[in-house]
Amino acid sequence: MRSRNPQLNAQGELTHLLTLEGLPAPIITQILDTADPFVSIGEREVKKVPLLRGKAIFNLFFENSTRTRTTFEIAAKRLSADVINLNINASSTSKGETLLDTVDNLVAMNADMFVVRHSQSGAPHLIAAHLDATRNTHVHVVNAGDGRHAHPSQGLLDLFTIRHFKRDFSNLSVAIVGDLLHSRVARSLVHGLTTLGTPDVRAIAPATLLPAQLKSLGVTPFLDMREGLRDVDVVVMLRLQSERMKGALLPSPGEFFKHYGLTEEKLALAKPDAIVMHPGPMNRGVEIDSAVADGARSVILPQVTFGIAVRMAVMSIIAGN
Amino acid sequence: MRLEIRNGRIVDAANGVDRIASLYCTQGRVAAIDRAPAGWAADRVLDASGLVVAPGLVDLAARLREPGLEHKATLESEMRAAIAGGITSLACPPDTDPPLDEPGLVEMLKHRARMLNQAHVYPVGALTQRLAGEALTEMGELAEAGCVAFSQADHPLVDTGVLLRAMQYARTFGHRVWLRPQEAFLSRGGVAHDGEVATRLGLASIPTIAETIALSTIIALVRVTGVSVHLCRLSSADGVAMVRAAKAEGLPITADVGVHHLHLCDVDIGWFNAQAHLMPPLRGTRDRDALRAGLLDGTIDVVCSDHAPVDDDAKQLPFAEAEPGATGVELLLPLTLKWAAEAGVPLPEALARITDRPARILGVEAGTLRVGAPADVCVLDPAAAWTVARGALLSQGKNTPFVGLELQGRARWTLVAGEIVHGA
Amino acid sequence: MPTDARVEEVHLPDAERVLTELADRIAPAIAHDAAFVGIYSGGAWIAERLAAMVPGAHPVGYIDVAFYRDDYNRSGLKPNARRTELGFDVEGASIVLVDDVLYTGRSVRAAINELFDFGRPARIELAVLVDRGGRELPIEPTYTGVRLAVATNLSIVLGRSDAAVLSLGVEPA
Repeated sequence: MRSRNPQLNAQGELTHLLTLEGLPAPIITQILDTADPFVSIGEREVKKVPLLRGKAIFNLFFENSTRTRTTFEIAAKRLSADVINLNINASSTSKGETLLDTVDNLVAMNADMFVVRHSQSGAPHLIAAHLDATRNTHVHVVNAGDGRHAHPSQGLLDLFTIRHFKRDFSNLSVAIVGDLLHSRVARSLVHGLTTLGTPDVRAIAPATLLPAQLKSLGVTPFLDMREGLRDVDVVVMLRLQSERMKGALLPSPGEFFKHYGLTEEKLALAKPDAIVMHPGPMNRGVEIDSAVADGARSVILPQVTFGIAVRMAVMSIIAGN
Repeated sequence: MRLEIRNGRIVDAANGVDRIASLYCTQGRVAAIDRAPAGWAADRVLDASGLVVAPGLVDLAARLREPGLEHKATLESEMRAAIAGGITSLACPPDTDPPLDEPGLVEMLKHRARMLNQAHVYPVGALTQRLAGEALTEMGELAEAGCVAFSQADHPLVDTGVLLRAMQYARTFGHRVWLRPQEAFLSRGGVAHDGEVATRLGLASIPTIAETIALSTIIALVRVTGVSVHLCRLSSADGVAMVRAAKAEGLPITADVGVHHLHLCDVDIGWFNAQAHLMPPLRGTRDRDALRAGLLDGTIDVVCSDHAPVDDDAKQLPFAEAEPGATGVELLLPLTLKWAAEAGVPLPEALARITDRPARILGVEAGTLRVGAPADVCVLDPAAAWTVARGALLSQGKNTPFVGLELQGRARWTLVAGEIVHGA
Repeated sequence: MPTDARVEEVHLPDAERVLTELADRIAPAIAHDAAFVGIYSGGAWIAERLAAMVPGAHPVGYIDVAFYRDDYNRSGLKPNARRTELGFDVEGASIVLVDDVLYTGRSVRAAINELFDFGRPARIELAVLVDRGGRELPIEPTYTGVRLAVATNLSIVLGRSDAAVLSLGVEPA
């Protein structure tokens, strides 16, 4: 009962960005290549290009996130699109309007693109399938994070950052540290790294935060952080999400920091030119030491800049297909 | 009415019958096989050449959604769907709204079903009041009202002390207890099997130990109480192995599997297809293979439809929020035949698992075409090909992961008590 | 204009010779500090050569028009876009926009729009190696290397060898 990749149109071009899983390497590379010229737009005086002029982009955020929403908004506006923000919290849906009803209403208002964040895995897929079924193939969906499933634009900007500083994926060792069980950021990054041929992808976390089937994703688990960080080129720290943890996964943030927090002492075990990344927002003193976050090897701020360019690339590629 | 079903292949595993012959029914019962009774003059003759004449199917789990859940389905629609699927006797679980914990509710349901004059409905009563797992129901009264067994449906019974006492009480009066082995805390919040698919899709998962730990508890309680337990909807290879060992020990245990779990596994969730959101979840290919092997070697006694009609709105939601369940009464026959064809099981043995054996678990007179038995008959065409589509389904629930697929096997006529209730 | 000619039938001039003639036309006319801004990638090569050949200190900039094209809604985003890098302040600048082949004029229109997003130039002039006619917009070059007509089923392309020698060719459109 599986059909073609729901992200690609009949010509095999990207029409939605739902997940990095199953996205062919040439398409990922195309997005990264396209993002590069968009980086320089942010350095101009007029930080705009006219590509998406007249297009209506709706930010459909069913889960609050000021930073991701702002990044998408800036990206869309730099493409000269019209951006409308919809913060749909639980009370609206409890008034009876279903997710798909909301989508239908906005399509009737000539929406060209939905940027969707939802607490349930699979919500953007549901919307994309519905648009297909209602023959609205001119409307595109960008997944801004669904449950613990995927955060593909974050994965892409992470890949772009790594490529910017390290050039070649084929001989890299990348360690992802923290709550992988609940992390859509981690899942997307793993899919992207393995698709682009990264030979050594590691996960470092206590057993309660590691998904059961990590090896099937091509990831090697480490329970000991010092062992896991040895000689890596890239360290990606995940946010410890207190809002996602339910029921006895960790005793305390303090104990987590002691064993899995990134300090300068632990970072010294990685390669001397290793870079430190974090999707943000950071919990200083929980997953990462301030000295490291603000230190020379941290590329956390460039990630933010690259994030706008990558999202501009994604939106301009899919809106044209 | 004197009805003659002529020249069909009569398949009645319970009585070792498998031959081309004619079946003669009168006064609601099977009067004769092969030769007409003396002085026979048929009021109606059905030409069953090329068709199979089997006992009407017996389905151990079909949710009719009455009382209370009529927006999902009604007795009328689901009973019509059941007989179109060749089912002449069905057991319905107690998870209606309100649950079947009062004799009045049971009587009303039975009365409604009788008025429709279609399949026989055998309600399974609630084991505890409101299915809340705290206080026992009046099992004696419920049995008198018509309950054939007692169950918690899909509601967990967390307090093992209560479960022990409920089983002891049932045993005292000779009632059977039907239980779905799913440990409440390990399955809390989970919507998919704890395997690769759930990891990749980011779905909260239910590990296999949720089934095996629950089985372990139930088996231990059976040893201690001696109550007959029917295990509903096995889903895992490890679970099948435990049941095999328990049966080898001689414990009074029977088991069933939902017909969807015989064919599908977690990979069929694809890109979050909510039609594949079932409870228990579809597990891995290894589990599916073990379920098929278990049905073959008798560890699993019967197949049931686990019929759960769900309205479209409740399925058109993100996977985890969508209501679990699939429509099944019209698919029980073709999907059982599909398993049989793939597993190399002869037709009589395949049909036994949806006729005679479930009838014996229910403890009712059904699933056989012996002379004198009720004339509940399913005349089916095992080769009839049809595509599963909304328009082809009579159930109000159009929710099935098999939509768009072509299956083989359809009831041509269904008879209950010698009357034709389906088929012209 | 004929609509189908074969590649082998077209006779093209020597690009290096045309470039020299173009530089000779530009040299006496432009401001001493005018910037050469080349449209990727043929225009960029020519802009670099002109900056070297024309006396004076002429900054070189590079412009990619991918984000300003007028055919996005029809054909989507063209792949292989590169960074626009100017390296000088557009505000008040004298700019010579450089392209290898001028045809419909749409690329030049896009480039002008893009330049104006950087500031208000004092003047923009247009220098092209080849003008093949077929304009769809009212755009004319200030400086032209050579005028050439080819059939509409062919494209004129500029190539550059490893030794950085420029040459003109045709390929199917």
